[in-house]
Amino acid sequence: MNIVVDPLAWQHAAIGGALIGVAAALLLWSSGAIAGVSGIFASAVLGQRTVAERGWRIAFIAGLLIGAALFALRSGGLTIHLQSAWPGMLLGGLAVGVGTRLGNGCTSGHGVCGLARLSGRSLAAVATFMGCAVLTVFVMRLAGLR
Amino acid sequence: MKIVFALISGTLFGFGLALSGMTDPAKVVGFLDITGAWDPSLGFVMGCALLVSLPAFQLARRRHNARPWFADGFVWPSVKSIDWRLLAGAALFGIGWGVTGLCPGPALASLISGTPLIIGFVLAMLTGMWLHDRVLVQH
Repeated sequence: MNIVVDPLAWQHAAIGGALIGVAAALLLWSSGAIAGVSGIFASAVLGQRTVAERGWRIAFIAGLLIGAALFALRSGGLTIHLQSAWPGMLLGGLAVGVGTRLGNGCTSGHGVCGLARLSGRSLAAVATFMGCAVLTVFVMRLAGLR
Repeated sequence: MKIVFALISGTLFGFGLALSGMTDPAKVVGFLDITGAWDPSLGFVMGCALLVSLPAFQLARRRHNARPWFADGFVWPSVKSIDWRLLAGAALFGIGWGVTGLCPGPALASLISGTPLIIGFVLAMLTGMWLHDRVLVQH
């Protein structure tokens, strides 16, 4: 195993991670809600019929885009190296959509919030999706798909 | 006020995702590729996020009479059991994440790039959510 050593990237990752932690803490203490992106997005678009229930969710999702745009303005754009062509992106998106609803959460809800609650359910979910993601990347490289 | 704070929280979240490198699928795959050239940097994202969120969540859970500023109470998930739905859902999500290097937060944040493949991913994700909520599981 080779480890990529890049202290500047680690520093950015650490500061960015801390900001995500502050964001989750702020949403919890202001609205009492869990900052789980998949759940908030699904409820904003597919669920919650009342304006009050939808409003804060739409604001949170809009914030995600605004925050990324502020970063892109500051640093001259987002760096995006896509890892899949159309078939992979569409099938992968479908799997992420069904999977996050069936499993009640993604990296933010189970990871940043669930682990912070010391939830056993979230720990099981994080171990499962991390394990499956690592295995998928490994199999794809073996099969010459990446 | 709930809406204002949700907007601030989302903005910090989106900025944090972009700064940390989570919006670059190559970095995510590099983190997941533990048998290749492993890039550990995204471990710092989860670690440092938890360094902040853990005390904030534990304070909310444990402090007597703790209440959020603009709501009647904290909304904690009610399901406690580890069942097949949780594990199958997490497994399916993990496979999709490994194939694309995208999870829901970074995918939504990188919509600002206008990249057709990312818009396609988000629409496919929304279709998957709709399939689950309206077809697979009738509420």
